Parts: sequence; C-alpha cells; structure tokens
Amino acid sequence: MKSFLDRRSRQRIFERGIHAALLLCASLSIFTTIGIILALFFETFEFFKEVSIIEFLTDTQWTPLFVDKHFGILSLVAGTFIVSFIAMCVAIPLGILCAIYLSEYSSPRFREVVKPVLEVLAGIPTVVYGYFALLFVTPLLKSFIPGLSGFNALSPGIVMGIMILPMVSSMSEDAMHAVPSSLREGAYALGATRFQVATKVVVPAALSGIMSSFVLAVSRAVGETMIVTIAAGQQPRFSLNPLVPIETITAYIVQVSLGDTPAGTIEHKTIFAAGMTLFIFTLALNLISNWLKERFREEYR
Amino acid sequence: MVDNDIVFQISNINAWYGEKHVLKDISMRIKQRKVTALIGPSGCGKSTFLRCLNRMNDFIHNFRLEGRILYKAQDLYSPETDPIEVRRTIGMVFQRPNPFPKSIYNNIAYGLQIFGIKDRAKLDAIVEDSLRKAALWDEVKDNLGQNGLALSGGQQQRLCIARAIAVNPEVILFDEPCSALDPVATAKIEDLIMELKNEYTVVIVTHNMQQAARVSDYTGFFMLGDLVEFDDTKKIFTTPANKLTEDYITGRFG
Amino acid sequence: MNRLAYNKLVDRFFKLAALAATIVGLVFLFTLVWDIAHDGAGRISWSFLTSFPSRRPERAGILSALVGTIWIMGLTAVFAFPIGVGAGVYLEEYTKKKNWITRLIEINIANLAGVPSIIYGLLGLGIFVRALSLERSLLTGALTLTLLILPIIIISTREALKAVPFSIREASYALGATRWQTTYRQVLPVALPGILTGTILALSRAIGETAPLITIGALTYIAFLPESVFDPFTVLPIQIFNWVSRPQKGFAVNAAAAIIVLLFLTLILNSIAIYLRHRFQRRIRW
Repeated sequence: MKSFLDRRSRQRIFERGIHAALLLCASLSIFTTIGIILALFFETFEFFKEVSIIEFLTDTQWTPLFVDKHFGILSLVAGTFIVSFIAMCVAIPLGILCAIYLSEYSSPRFREVVKPVLEVLAGIPTVVYGYFALLFVTPLLKSFIPGLSGFNALSPGIVMGIMILPMVSSMSEDAMHAVPSSLREGAYALGATRFQVATKVVVPAALSGIMSSFVLAVSRAVGETMIVTIAAGQQPRFSLNPLVPIETITAYIVQVSLGDTPAGTIEHKTIFAAGMTLFIFTLALNLISNWLKERFREEYR
Repeated sequence: MVDNDIVFQISNINAWYGEKHVLKDISMRIKQRKVTALIGPSGCGKSTFLRCLNRMNDFIHNFRLEGRILYKAQDLYSPETDPIEVRRTIGMVFQRPNPFPKSIYNNIAYGLQIFGIKDRAKLDAIVEDSLRKAALWDEVKDNLGQNGLALSGGQQQRLCIARAIAVNPEVILFDEPCSALDPVATAKIEDLIMELKNEYTVVIVTHNMQQAARVSDYTGFFMLGDLVEFDDTKKIFTTPANKLTEDYITGRFG
Repeated sequence: MNRLAYNKLVDRFFKLAALAATIVGLVFLFTLVWDIAHDGAGRISWSFLTSFPSRRPERAGILSALVGTIWIMGLTAVFAFPIGVGAGVYLEEYTKKKNWITRLIEINIANLAGVPSIIYGLLGLGIFVRALSLERSLLTGALTLTLLILPIIIISTREALKAVPFSIREASYALGATRWQTTYRQVLPVALPGILTGTILALSRAIGETAPLITIGALTYIAFLPESVFDPFTVLPIQIFNWVSRPQKGFAVNAAAAIIVLLFLTLILNSIAIYLRHRFQRRIRW
C-alpha cells in the first residue's frame, strides 16, 4: 500500500507556484489602487508646494495656462456640477419612470425587447454621444433657445442624461424586483391601482436600492469626459448658466494632455491636482452608493 | 496493532461546524473487506463522520476535528499526511450521482490522467475493467463517447462507482448512494456493493434500514452526533443492546 | 368623480407617462443612429478605410486609426485575459471566503470599477509613461486599458465560476485531484463560455475608450502605421474626436463615417459575446 507520506514533490512545487501566480494576479488590483493614489498624490503634493490650498479651494478663476495664473478649482467644479445636474434632471425622472413601467406595468415580452435596447444606449462609445451633442442637439436647441452658444452645458447635459438613463433604470428595476411580491399582492387585494402600489408600496420599499442607483449615476456623470470635452467648451467659468461655454474637470485634463505643456511644470501638475479632486468626489459618491446598497440588501436578506 | 483485519482505527472523534458540536466522542473499528453500514435519523452526523474518513471535510471552512483516525496505522490527520494520497486510497461515491460533463470514457480516464497515466492502451484497459466491475460495461460499451450526463440516474451512479474504482482504492465510502434512485436501480447497486466487498472495504451511510440489514456485515447506529451502538449487523437488527437502537429499528422514530 | 374613478384616471395617466419615459430613450437611440448614418454613410468607401489622415477632409481616411485600434485591442486582450481570469480563479477557487485579504481585494475591485476612465489615464501617465519610461506607445496604451477593464473581467469570471456546481469539484477532489487539476481540467472548461463572453464585453467597452488614451499621449494626427509595440499610435475614437473638433463641415462628415466603422466593430464584438452566451447555455443540462 502506498504510504500517505509519498509526496510527489514536483507536483507540490508546481501547485505552490500556481497559487502564487494566481495570488499575484489578484493582488494586481491592490497595486492598481495604490498606483492611482501614488500617481495622483505625488504630483498633487508637488503642486501644493507652489500653490496654496486655500487659493485652490476658494479662488473662482482657473487660468493656469494664461500669463495671469489663477488656480481656483471652483470654476471647474462648477462646470462639472452644472452638466451633471442637468444630466441628473434628465436621467432620474426618466429612469425611475422607465423602471416603474418595466417592473410594474409592462408585459414580460415588452421588457424582454426593451431592456436590451436600452442597454445598447449604455454601450455606445462616449465620443459618439459627443458628436451627437455638438452637431445635432445643440443646433436643435438653438432653434428654440436663441441665446444658446455653440458650446454650452445644456446640450451635453441632456445627452449625458440619456446615456446614464439605462443605469438608473436597470438598477432601480433590480431593486424593485427584489421587493417581495407578497407586499404588492397585499396592496392589490385592498383594491389599489398599479400607480398606488408602485408609488406607495414598491418604491418606498426599494428606496435604498433606488437611491444607490442615483448616486452611482451621479458618479458616472461627474467622471464623464468625452461628451463634455466635445460639446461643453473650454472656458472655465464660475457660473451656473447652462447656456454658455464652461469647462469640466475632465475636459480640462484632456485639454492639457493634447497641448504641449512640458512635464514637470506647474501647469502640467494641475492635471493631477484636478484629477485628485475628481477622484475624491467619485470615490465618496461610490462609497455612499455602496453603503445605500448594503442597507437595502440588509432589509431584504 | 494486533488484529490485521482492522483497517480503520477511530478514536474519540469530536467534530464541530463552527460552534455546533456535530460528532461526540466517536470510537470505532472498521474491518477490511467487509461492508460497514452507518444508520440513523437525518442530521445525526453520519455523513459528516463518513467524510472525515477521506478528509473531504477539509473543504468546509469552519470544520474542526479532534481525536485520531488511523488507517492501517497511519494517522489521517497528521500534518505530514498528504490528503491527495488519502483520497486516492479511500474513494467516495456521493448521494446525488455527479458524473463530469464529459464522455463516459473521459469520466473514468480523468482519475488516471491526473496521475500521469497517458498511455492509451492502458487507459482503455482500465476503463473497461472498471466498467465491468461496476456492472455497467455491457450497457455502454458501444458508446463510450456519450456524455455521462445522458445516462439514467442508476447508470450515472454506477459510472461514478466505476470512476472511483478506476484509481485503485482500497476503501470505497458510499454516502447514501441510492437515495436519489428508483428501486430497480437501487437493487442493482446493492448487488454491486455485495460484489465489491470481495476486493474493497466498504463503508456505507444509509437512511434505509432494510438496505443496511441486507447489505452490511457491521452496522453503527448514530443519533444526534453520538455513536449509540456498533456491532454485527445481525445482532443490531435482532437483539440490539440499546433501547434507542431498538426504538429506531422498530420505527418508533426516525 | 368618485374616488375610485379618480384613482383609475391617475393610474391611466401615470402609465402613459411612464411608457413615454421609456420610449424617450428608444427615440433618442434611433435618432442618433439615423443622424449619424445620414451624415456619414455616404462617405464610407475603400479609400476612406485605407487612407491616412490629411489636412484636406476629402483625402483623409482612418487607416492609421483602424490599425491602431486593432493593435491595441489585441494587446489589451493578451494582457487582460490571463490576469483577469487568474485573479477571478484565485478569488473563487483558492481562498476561504471569510479571509480579510479576500474581502479587501473584493472591495478594491468593486471600487476600481467605478473610477472614471480618465483617472486610469493619469495612472498610465504617471506609472507607464514616466516611471517606466514606456513613452506614449501602444504598450502603454494597452497596459492602461488593461487596468481599466480588469475589474470587469474579474467580476464576470467569478460569476461564471460560481455557476459551476460544487458537485463537479467535489467529485474531482474525491478522486485525489489537486486544486489546480480540478480547476483547470473540470471547472474552467465548463465556465469558459461565460468567461469569454465577459471578456469580449469588456473589450467592446475598451474599443470605445478615448480619454485614458489621450491622457497617456496617444496622438491625434498620425500618418503612419505602428510597427512595434513601442511605437506611438492613434485609435478610432481619438480620430473621431479630432475630426469633430475641426470646424470644416467635411471633417464632420468624416467623423460620422468613422463613427459608423467604430459602431460596426463594437456591434461585431457584442454579437460574438451574445452568440457565445446563447450557444453554450443550451449545451449543458444539469
């Protein structure tokens, strides 16, 4: 009989090797995060050696590439904010209505057909949306908003909203789907209409999950780059006017990357400071979204 | 170690799933080339106990074992023991037939290939031999390329037995092998087990008392994690020493 | 009007509004597709596909961008597939679930999936272009995109592995197989269609990425083809961006035509993924 101590040592070394290689693959994600933090932090640190953080956070002008340099991030934040806000005004009501319709009203056949088509919206490259915003939506809007300039926040905002709609709709629908049908049936049995069941029973029950989708959508909007780079303009402006050119954080990074700003200069370091700001925003939003989703999952274990 | 007939020497086994104490101070001696049945009501620990014998409980995160299990004087749970070798020597057939989603041939060849046997002629020979021993050869010999999952439940289980036999174990553990099968298939497997004991030591967990009485030489009665009684099958089923055993056998509970 | 009739009316109205909301997305999609097809379909020709960019819109073509896209997709796949699948296999098959390292990696991956793509560009700029001195090459681009789509591949690999019943692993271990033998010979073959589908979908996302590649320095005007992985390059989305940014109408037409090519490639990838998913879903009946 073979002893249990017979060790095929070559095989054991091989197994150990595989284990190590796979662990390395999995740890790469940690290195990526560390890499992001280092890459951003290092340059941002250098940046703040030359620019005071007070100026960065309070100055309302952002003109690092001009002769008279100002480094106030608020203009870019305002630009990001106004576009994202408009996008949310489009995506949230439409998304939630769409989710309610698909979840509570529509036939399974309808949902089977419509959902994948909406998913297509989410899969279109953002340059394509940028093209559409600049060359179709803006001229269209101009025809009934005479004061609208060629680059503005309204057009990319609307287009971005539609791009994000499937995200809101899909995640909200999942949340509503998870609500036990016994809750619905109880309400129907009392004679409630679908509207009443949807708005008074299902949505409140799924609220954390739905809000989690909203927050995630905001995060997506804030981080979006190409639509705004193409259609929103390159004029950082501390204003909430949607009809004039503005610049978002993301568009600024693209602008500098396309130019010939030499590496190591303060102008170049601004993209990392801007990137760090963006990273902190989206990280905070993602964490909030996760927390909401966890709370929702706990309610419906 | 005087009695050469004993292959498993199980001493004072205690086991836990997390905080739950599932096996309480079990001691047992299992004889070579005999069929030992483990019976008892659901959830009494017999399957857990069975899986201790081939280290399959290693895959359960919060499982903890205390005590000693010796197989032919080797400690199964010693740190130097290689669980791979243990499982080669002590094979298992599961409750639900679980053939691989591969051809019948490859189901059986797999166990050989992972040990480096590549020679086609040798594989062919062992595949045929295992299928014969599992009483399945005649039914499938013309179509070994067929997917294992296309067979009936009873045939799948015999395929799993053939698969276990192919790697030349000394012990085969059966964990309620017939509970998912119809009576005809069950009868075939019971006959097979009686054949197998000529070559292998068999330990079988079953919730079917009549099966235990028909098939086994020795029987152990488990209840709530305790080994209540362990003796010759004849004795357990005619004159059990323990009242609990008698109640279970006569159907008072379980 | 009594209460009941009122409720019914509200319900009817709401249903219409919700349906309208759903239709809006569809209408938008169709308008977009129609607009681009209308603008650009006429421009597509063999010379368009095989010419380099030029200062004259009528002579400009997408050759360098198309070749660059294919290069970058290939390279990214070569890096991202083994690493992503390896990580997925590790997390699903090689760890005890409650381990704190596993939890940390899982949270990390979930967070990385939500980081804006331009941040990955900055990462690429800092690490690959500068620290590793890989310059603005195909290699840098591919490594950056790899990091970007890795979370997607890892997550879909894990889903595919989770779908494989434990009984297969159990049977394999009971025969004396090692963990790698079980994973490689039994689990992965069954999970492979799902893994491939996830990878292809991740690649179809990568094909449209613009911002990270601009940030690492992919140029917008390239009139040559890359010959090695260390060469500079451009890709279709960047070419489109470049043309959209020009004032001449001719370039807008070019952009639309290039978009059609890009969407076509994306469509092919997605179709392959969906085909794989359907084909292999039928095969295995447990």
